[in-house]
Amino acid sequence: MAWLRSKLLGIVAVLVLVYLFVPIAVVAVLSFNNPEGKFNVSWNEFSLSAWGNLCGVAGVCQSFILSIEIALIATLIATVFGTMIALALVRYRFRGRGAANSLIFLPMATPEVVLGASLLALYLNLRLPLGFWTILIAHIMFTISFIVVAVKARLQGMDPRLEEAAQDLYASPWQTFRFVTFPLVLPGILGAALLGFALSFDDFIISNFASGTTVTFPIFIWGAAQRGIPVQVYALATLVFALALVGTVLGQIVSSRRRRKLAASS
Amino acid sequence: MSEPRRATPVEDLNLVKLSKIYGGLAAVDDLTLTIPGGSFFALLGPSGCGKTTTLRMVAGLENPTSGQMFVGAQEITDLKAYKRPVNTVFQSYALFPHLDIFENVAFGLRRRGVKDVTGPVERMLDLVELTSMARRKPGQLSGGQQQRVAVARALINEPDVLLLDEPLGALDLKLRRQMQIELKRIQVEVGTTFVHVTHDQEEAMTMADTIAVMNQGRIEQLGAPTQIYENPATAFVANFLGQCNLVPGQITGGDGDNAVLSANGFNFSVPRSRIHAAGSSAILGVRPEKITMYWADEPLPAGHNRLEGTVTDVSFTGVSTQYLVKVPWGQELVVFEQNLSLEELSRRGEHVQIGWAPGHTFALDGAEDITAGMGSHVVGA
Repeated sequence: MAWLRSKLLGIVAVLVLVYLFVPIAVVAVLSFNNPEGKFNVSWNEFSLSAWGNLCGVAGVCQSFILSIEIALIATLIATVFGTMIALALVRYRFRGRGAANSLIFLPMATPEVVLGASLLALYLNLRLPLGFWTILIAHIMFTISFIVVAVKARLQGMDPRLEEAAQDLYASPWQTFRFVTFPLVLPGILGAALLGFALSFDDFIISNFASGTTVTFPIFIWGAAQRGIPVQVYALATLVFALALVGTVLGQIVSSRRRRKLAASS
Repeated sequence: MSEPRRATPVEDLNLVKLSKIYGGLAAVDDLTLTIPGGSFFALLGPSGCGKTTTLRMVAGLENPTSGQMFVGAQEITDLKAYKRPVNTVFQSYALFPHLDIFENVAFGLRRRGVKDVTGPVERMLDLVELTSMARRKPGQLSGGQQQRVAVARALINEPDVLLLDEPLGALDLKLRRQMQIELKRIQVEVGTTFVHVTHDQEEAMTMADTIAVMNQGRIEQLGAPTQIYENPATAFVANFLGQCNLVPGQITGGDGDNAVLSANGFNFSVPRSRIHAAGSSAILGVRPEKITMYWADEPLPAGHNRLEGTVTDVSFTGVSTQYLVKVPWGQELVVFEQNLSLEELSRRGEHVQIGWAPGHTFALDGAEDITAGMGSHVVGA
C-alpha cells in the first residue's frame, strides 16, 4: 500500500500521457497499413504504398498545399496586425482602450459555428464569391485575437524602464522599437505566430462555412471520412506531426545549449 | 559634437519655477535650483518628496506642468528625451537583457551614428574595470557589476549632466559603501555634473559636494553636507539627517555673538549665526554626539551649556554608546559617547551632568513641528 501511495502520482501521470498520445500513435501506425476494404481502421499488413505515393489520391495534395498556403498568409498578416494592436493596447492610453481590450477577446469566446454562420451571411450579402479569399479573411479574423493576447502577455512582462533607458540613450521612438522593444518581444511574437499557424491549418468549422467549393485539408478529410479515409491522409498527418516534433525538439536543444553555455561562462 | 566636449567647461543645470501636478497634488512645487557644472549634487528626501519626479523631468521622461529647465544657455524644457545632453543611471539599472555588455555600453554612441565605437567603449569599460566582461550578458553579472555597466553606458555619451536615480538601492551594505567611493572617484575623473537622487542621508553626505534636502515637493535646505548637518534650518532637516535633540523655548536676550535661549527654566547660549527663528519663539537643537557626559561632581569647561539628569537607558553599539538622559523637565535627551575611556560605562539610574559647547547649538523657528522628518528617517543605513 505504501509503495502504491508513493508511486500513485507517477502512475496517474503516465496513464494520462498514454491517453493523450495513443490517438496520435494509432494514426502513425495505420499510415503503414495496407487496409482490407475501404476503411483503414484495423491492422492488416505492413505497407509503404501510402508513403511512397503521398499524392496518390485525387485532391489530397492540392487540399494539403492550399491549407499550408492559407495558414502561412493568414499567420503573416495576423501577426503583423496583432503585434501592432498589442503594442497599442499595452503602451498607449486612448479613448476606447478598455472596450478594444474586451472586444479583442470576443472572437475567442464566440462558438465557431456562430462565427462561421455569420461570416457566411456577411459574404453572401456582400456577394463575395466564396473560395480562397473568403477563407483567408476568416482565418486572419479569428487568429488575430489569439496573437494579440499572446503578444500582449509578453509586452506586459517587459520592464517599461528599458524603453525609457533607450530613449535616454538617444534612441528615437522608431529606434527604441527596432533595437529594444522588438528584439525583446520577438519570442512572444514567434510563439504567437506558431499558435496562429496551427489554428488556421486545422480549422474546419469556419472554413466549411467560408469555402464554397474550395477544399482545404480538414475539409478533404471530413469529406473522405464518409467514403473511407485514404491511407495517404494518415501519412500526411503523421508527416505534419513529425515535422512539428522535430521543430520542437530542435528548439529545446538550441535553447538548453545556450543556457548551458551561459551557465558555463559565468 | 565633433570636438571632445569635456574640453569645454561643464554647463550649469538650471531649474526655474519647475512644477509637476498629479491630480491636483503638487509632486514638485515651484522648484528653482541651480546645480553648478561639474559638481556632485544630491537630492535627498523621503520617498514621495518629489526627488525622482524632478529627476525624470530633467531626463525628459516626464513633462513639467509649468516652469523651465536649462543646461547652460540651452533650454531643454520641451526637448525630447533622446535629444537632451543628459543621461540617466536607472534604479535597478534597466540594462538591455538581449545585448551583451559591450553593446549595452555602445548603445548611445550607435544611436548617434558614431562610426567607430570600439575605442570609446573599451576606455569606458576600463574606467569601470569591466574589460573582461565585455561579451557577457547583463544577467550573468553581479549587482555591483551591473551597476557599473549602467554608469558606463550613461557616461560614454559625455553628457553635460548625469542623473543617478537611487543607483545603489539594490546593493547590500558593504557593496554600497564600496560603490559610493567608486562613484565619487569616477565623478572626479570625468568631471561631469552628477545629480544623485537618494533617500539615504549617509550616502548623500558621503558623496555629494552639495545636498538639497527635499520635502513635499520643495527644497527645505541646500548646502554642503557639513553645513546642513551641523546647522540645519528646519526641524525636518535636523531630524532627517540624523538624530537630534530639540527643545522648545524662547530667546530672552544675550550679548555680542551669543543669544540666550530659555527653555523650561534653564538658559542656554546659542551663536546668533545659528538662529533660524523669525521671532523670539525658538527651538533649541543639539546633536547627540556633540554632548559630553560628566560625573555629577565634575567641573564643566567654562561657558558650556549644562544640564543635570538621570541615565535611563544605555545601549552599547561598538564605536559608541548611546545614552538616554532624563533632564529635569522630564524629556529624554539622546547622548552619543565615543568609547574612548577605559572607565566603566555609566549605568542606568545614575545621576550625571551633560554639557556641550555653545557653538554646537542651533535654534529653529518656534513654529516648527519638532517631529518633522522623524518617521521617514533611514535608520542605520
